[in-house]
Amino acid sequence: MLDLGALSNCFSNSACLVTQSATGVIIGMLLFLVASGVTLIFGVLHVVNFAHGAFYMIGAYVAYSTYGVTGNYYVAVLVGTIAAAIVGVLFERSAISRVYKENLLMQLLVCYAFVLICDDAVKIIWGSEYLAMGVPDEFRVRPWRIAGGVVPPFYLFLAGTALMVAVLSLILIRYSRFGKIVRAAAANPTMVSVLGIRVPIYFATLFGLGCGLAGMAGALAAPVRSLTPGMGLSILIESFIVTVIGGMGSIPGALLAALLLGFTRAFGSLGFPLFVDGAMFLMMVVILVFRPQGLLGERAGR
Amino acid sequence: MKTTKQNGLSRRDFMVAAGAAGVTTLASPTVLRAAGSPIKIGMPTILSGRVAILGETASVGAKMAVDAFNAAGGIDGRMVELVIRDSKGKPDEAAKVTRDLLSSDGCAFILNGEASGGTFAVHEVVRDTKTYCMHTISETSSLTADPANRAPWVFRSARQGIHDAISGGLYAANLAKAGATRWATCSPDYAYGRSTTSEFMEFLAVFAPEVKLVGETWPKIFQPDYTENITNLLNVAPDALYSCLWGGDLVAFFDQASLYGLFDQFQTVAVNMGDVPVLEAIKNLPGGIHSGNRYHKDIPDVEANENWNTEFRKSGQLPTNWAWQTYTGAQFVLNALKDTGGDTDYQKLADATRGRTIDSPFGVNGTVTMREADNTLVDYAIGYGQTVPQPPYLTGFEPTAWDVIVDYETDWKKRNSFL
Repeated sequence: MLDLGALSNCFSNSACLVTQSATGVIIGMLLFLVASGVTLIFGVLHVVNFAHGAFYMIGAYVAYSTYGVTGNYYVAVLVGTIAAAIVGVLFERSAISRVYKENLLMQLLVCYAFVLICDDAVKIIWGSEYLAMGVPDEFRVRPWRIAGGVVPPFYLFLAGTALMVAVLSLILIRYSRFGKIVRAAAANPTMVSVLGIRVPIYFATLFGLGCGLAGMAGALAAPVRSLTPGMGLSILIESFIVTVIGGMGSIPGALLAALLLGFTRAFGSLGFPLFVDGAMFLMMVVILVFRPQGLLGERAGR
Repeated sequence: MKTTKQNGLSRRDFMVAAGAAGVTTLASPTVLRAAGSPIKIGMPTILSGRVAILGETASVGAKMAVDAFNAAGGIDGRMVELVIRDSKGKPDEAAKVTRDLLSSDGCAFILNGEASGGTFAVHEVVRDTKTYCMHTISETSSLTADPANRAPWVFRSARQGIHDAISGGLYAANLAKAGATRWATCSPDYAYGRSTTSEFMEFLAVFAPEVKLVGETWPKIFQPDYTENITNLLNVAPDALYSCLWGGDLVAFFDQASLYGLFDQFQTVAVNMGDVPVLEAIKNLPGGIHSGNRYHKDIPDVEANENWNTEFRKSGQLPTNWAWQTYTGAQFVLNALKDTGGDTDYQKLADATRGRTIDSPFGVNGTVTMREADNTLVDYAIGYGQTVPQPPYLTGFEPTAWDVIVDYETDWKKRNSFL
């Protein structure tokens, strides 16, 4: 099961080291991209959005159709993001806002119902066949060779975008007026509404933002992931592992955890190929036992 | 003024006569059956989630066969009805749905459209309840090859992993002889992926003993990101790659691997590449990928197959391997039903199915046979070809002769103590 020879060979070979390190960063950044929405919503609203995968799917499918019409990948990503955000706001207003104070089970039930409805809606609109957007022409180039290692430019673009999302989300929540209000509203909604601020609008906007991020992840990755009804489920578990390890609600924590998992997958696939998933879950267990608040999570009283 | 009485037939007389005639007609055995309730066939399959396409195309295949049967008059006017239920791809649900189909829906027997996991669950139910059953999807060889799993009233109309392994092994041995001796594999990490890959490598070693396995990577089923598997293969740098990834997973793997220029570096044998929805989904399909035929309108290149393809596409779905297999399974079942005159006794239906040969658009000589020895389908078109970026997407098809397959299959069964 253990192949430490392959691992040490890789460390002594620059081509392998570059390829696997780049792989670690790429997997990590893609993981962060899909997990950032869960973290954002939980960090502020303390709601676990189990329907996160459905928004990822909506973003991917809308981007697919938009790309078919416009032929422009960036427009497709934008429209996919906006569509997921709009559906997110509608979902928050019509369903989630009614269960903010209910127990976790009720929230889970509402989200699960929404996931099932979305899966069937996608099946009705787009059919049950696998769809593939195809890599946009501008990225259909030979991979770059760096010190003998292989790095595809499309993945560098995705990783760069994910980093930008991390920075912007952090600024938005920590330093912007919107972030301050919505955090205050989450802590004490009555007090904030007394100040004349319409709390539900802020909650809905933040929820929509989180869903928009999921949609953006789906749209960005659509060229290299097959689109099928139910595709959201595949990213949901990884999103939660990232969120738990990083610290529920911590954006820098999610970024760190995603990179950690990315490197575990990249080098684990050489050194312990049969235990890569096991290693990820083991990390989660260790974190939950020894640092339940996560790597960068705050030991919150609530 | 004339009255009806003057004609010798009053309205009352007419009603009595009509009633009597009606009762007499209804009392005749033929019409009794015709007016009787239809014979229900239960079909558990996957209609939701990521592999909904499996159940949807299998359902279209089954309906095509049943509709044609009913349009031709059914069994002396008695119709057949298909009752299709969603198992969501979960084995426990598949078992429950099967029991419900038999006990609550009144189905006489089962046309099982489940993938391998669910099929073994359904298999236990039909063995327990002594229900006639046709498995139409599962390709796992042990389902019918292993005597421990066998029941005389249960059949399989699907292709079989071991047949593909022999056909693929023979084909791949030519690549090995041309210099591709270092092989790596990348297949889904569950029963189907593991057994199919090991069977393929086993036969490749039989036909080309110089082949060495230098690397293997096992992505999870429905894994969204294959980057680590792809870069692992890049590091191993084999001469050739074997993969039995399928469906949406294969589409995603190909798109991601293309970013790394993987297919410029070595030969690839992807047995499930030849599925029409996969071929049509992949944008810029790389040429020169070696694949099994799965379903293809030109394999075999006969008019009946072309017509079936045209008819199937009217449903709005693309024809799949699952579709022709389920269509074929339904044909066997309906033929057996016709023979028994609508009697649904499991032993009579099994006797009418075992060893039977039927005309088929998918058979190598225009027919396929339900082999008597192990209740499994043989003589369907099987072989390998290479992809081309434009339709028909698969060319240079090299069929494998069935006498060769059967010889090696018999050896394999002996090695595994199945005989």
